[in-house]
Amino acid sequence: MALNLDGYEGNGSFAHGIHPPERKHFSKDAAIRVMPTPDKVVLSLHQNIGGPCAPTVKARQAVTWGEEIGKGTSFVSTTLHASIPGVVQRPMRMTLANGRHMDTLPIKAGGEIPEDRALWDEIFGGTWPTTGLDAYDPAEISRAINEGGLVGLGGAAFPTHVKITPNDKKPVHTLIVNGCECEPYLTADYSLMMEAPEPIITGALLAGRSVGAERIVIGVEDNKMPAVKILKKAANGTGIQVAVLKTKYPQGSEKHLIQAVIKRQVPLGGLPSDVGVAISNVGTMAGVARAVIHKKPLTHRVISITGGGIANPANVLAPIGVSFGALIDLCGGLTKNAARLVAGGPMMGFAFSNLDTPVTKGTSGLTVMTKQEVAAGEQTVCVRCGQCVDACPMNLVPTKIALAARHQDVDLSRRYNIMACFECGSCAYSCPAHIPLVQLIRAGKASVAAADRA
Amino acid sequence: MNAIEHTEDVAPVIYVSPSPHLVQTATSTRRMMVDVLIALAPVVAMSLFVFKGYALFQLAVCLAGSLAAELIFVKMRGKPSTLKDCSAIVTGVILAMSLPGTAPWYIGIIAAFVAIGIGKVIFGGLGMNLFNPAMVGRAFVMISFAGALAASGFEDVQSTVDAVSQATPMNAYKMNGVVTPLVSLFLGTTNGSLGETSALACLLGGLYLVIRRTASWEIPVGLLTAVAIIGGLADLMGPADGWTILHHIFGGSVLFGAFFIATDPVTSPLTPKGKLIFGFGTGVLIMTLRLFSGYPEGVMFAVLLMNALTPLINRWMIPKPFGEH
Repeated sequence: MALNLDGYEGNGSFAHGIHPPERKHFSKDAAIRVMPTPDKVVLSLHQNIGGPCAPTVKARQAVTWGEEIGKGTSFVSTTLHASIPGVVQRPMRMTLANGRHMDTLPIKAGGEIPEDRALWDEIFGGTWPTTGLDAYDPAEISRAINEGGLVGLGGAAFPTHVKITPNDKKPVHTLIVNGCECEPYLTADYSLMMEAPEPIITGALLAGRSVGAERIVIGVEDNKMPAVKILKKAANGTGIQVAVLKTKYPQGSEKHLIQAVIKRQVPLGGLPSDVGVAISNVGTMAGVARAVIHKKPLTHRVISITGGGIANPANVLAPIGVSFGALIDLCGGLTKNAARLVAGGPMMGFAFSNLDTPVTKGTSGLTVMTKQEVAAGEQTVCVRCGQCVDACPMNLVPTKIALAARHQDVDLSRRYNIMACFECGSCAYSCPAHIPLVQLIRAGKASVAAADRA
Repeated sequence: MNAIEHTEDVAPVIYVSPSPHLVQTATSTRRMMVDVLIALAPVVAMSLFVFKGYALFQLAVCLAGSLAAELIFVKMRGKPSTLKDCSAIVTGVILAMSLPGTAPWYIGIIAAFVAIGIGKVIFGGLGMNLFNPAMVGRAFVMISFAGALAASGFEDVQSTVDAVSQATPMNAYKMNGVVTPLVSLFLGTTNGSLGETSALACLLGGLYLVIRRTASWEIPVGLLTAVAIIGGLADLMGPADGWTILHHIFGGSVLFGAFFIATDPVTSPLTPKGKLIFGFGTGVLIMTLRLFSGYPEGVMFAVLLMNALTPLINRWMIPKPFGEH
């Protein structure tokens, strides 16, 4: 398959990877529902890669919708806002879906916030300019994004202002907007592209201007052609192009998306800017537009509530900090055969069991899987078939890394480039012996990190 | 637990587990073994057709020997039975297919016990062995019972089965320069080890394995490329005796070895490049043994030698990760 995009060297795909069942049908055609304001939200003070926030409010203090409640403590960190109006409660420790224990600020609801369609219009509605954006100074855009508390909404939650701050040493020529959503089940980005293409385009133009990119391209997998059509229409006349990419996991991985579009490999341990690229998720771009044009922070995001274990799968616009339990209730509750709750998609998402667990900025979905959907084969010994090698998008030898990790052999782990693994799960998915390769490699990475500190 | 889940009004039971939460359930180690058995079907069918009772007899002996050996040796290690992974059946069938039909019963039994015991279980069982178990067993009996497995051991002039009353094509060529017609080599109506004679059956089964990705295509491709190159050179430089590249490929057990023996995942390298090198090396060794050793055929020793190199190939062939220049 060719990318057929002038000036872009990529062929629309990358080497290796897997083709898991897509299972997007649960929530693909569900229009985005606006969640009624919940009684309570719990906002983690650490929602992003990098440093945490320091709270700027006190317990029992009343806050309005979108008021700043936490400030970033370092450059790679960002601002936190009240996602609903109300009263700040005593800080408490919560375990997030990813297993980390974090300080959080709970907010008890009370105060003015639009509901339903009015809320949607407030966040994504109205007209979004595609011209006259020269009026915004790059530094101003970057500052507005930081003040808006934006992080990568694709899941990694890297502070956006850091990505789009120009760096003289590593000039960026291309802004790639990630609309791949290669995780099975999830349709949050898809539904946003379908229903709110204009803020995505405006946000992309602003981010591109800030980082100094000469060209902007939105990458979408070819299983989302309706979104491609809508984006192309919205992008008409702006110079933004839409790249149709092969549907393959993990196409939405930063490095592999860059490979698919411009055929450059981000060096190991490097960043996209090393190959002149800035890359950000479509949802983030919509947030950028709102932060810069309306000076409004990130308080809500679209979340897919999907899978065979949820009564009424949906895409929901929900406030950050709402509990997964409230989202499940909104979608009709769990079915009797629900067996696993996953924050995110099934390949890289985190399983959790506490329904009070709050949504964070990086939560793209809640996948509720049934017993049949998570059916795992019996674990047997490695017969060295090499299917993990054929699946690994990083071109590693997963079984050898897992073996080294099992024996806590740090040198051998390093020789097999353990730290290049980003835990996409392609190897474990493919393994005929059903060996928990990712789990072993994760443990191995921890050993290597511990050895590095020592 | 089932009782609870089927009761009304009981909350679902939620399990927590590390990602990924999706796995391919269509494949399993057992399924790979079953694939090999399916692929062996045409080979076995052809051997039964050509060698009749001889083939049936060796299959029975080797299967019984392999299963008994697996049962006994695994029990001796104090491990739960591994019979259901089907790997002992695969070893048994491949071993039977690699023996002459005329071999006496104790050869099959001893070969099977050595294959499973010394070839596999002693290393820790399936997945841990360094050498292809069936070839370990076969090499043991070939050296121990030189008479029965030497070229003359394949022949029984008294036999009512046509194929068995002839010399093997490899030996007829090596000793007397007799060139067997290609059609006979391709179809397999010649004497030889039970599974090796029919190139057609090996190709059919091999194709299935490669399409199912149970066997990696890199190994047979590397192996056959080496055989073709060296066979071609031998044909060009040697006397014009009518033994061509195709005779080298269809004759003897090159195809059986390329698709069923060298492709054993456990004893071959992990990476695509490593597999190509492994296959090519095996092919080079086969041709070296064929052309320069006293044996008419060299597949077994070639595979065993390359098995020994597999850990080294794995070590040399660590692929460059994405993003490393």
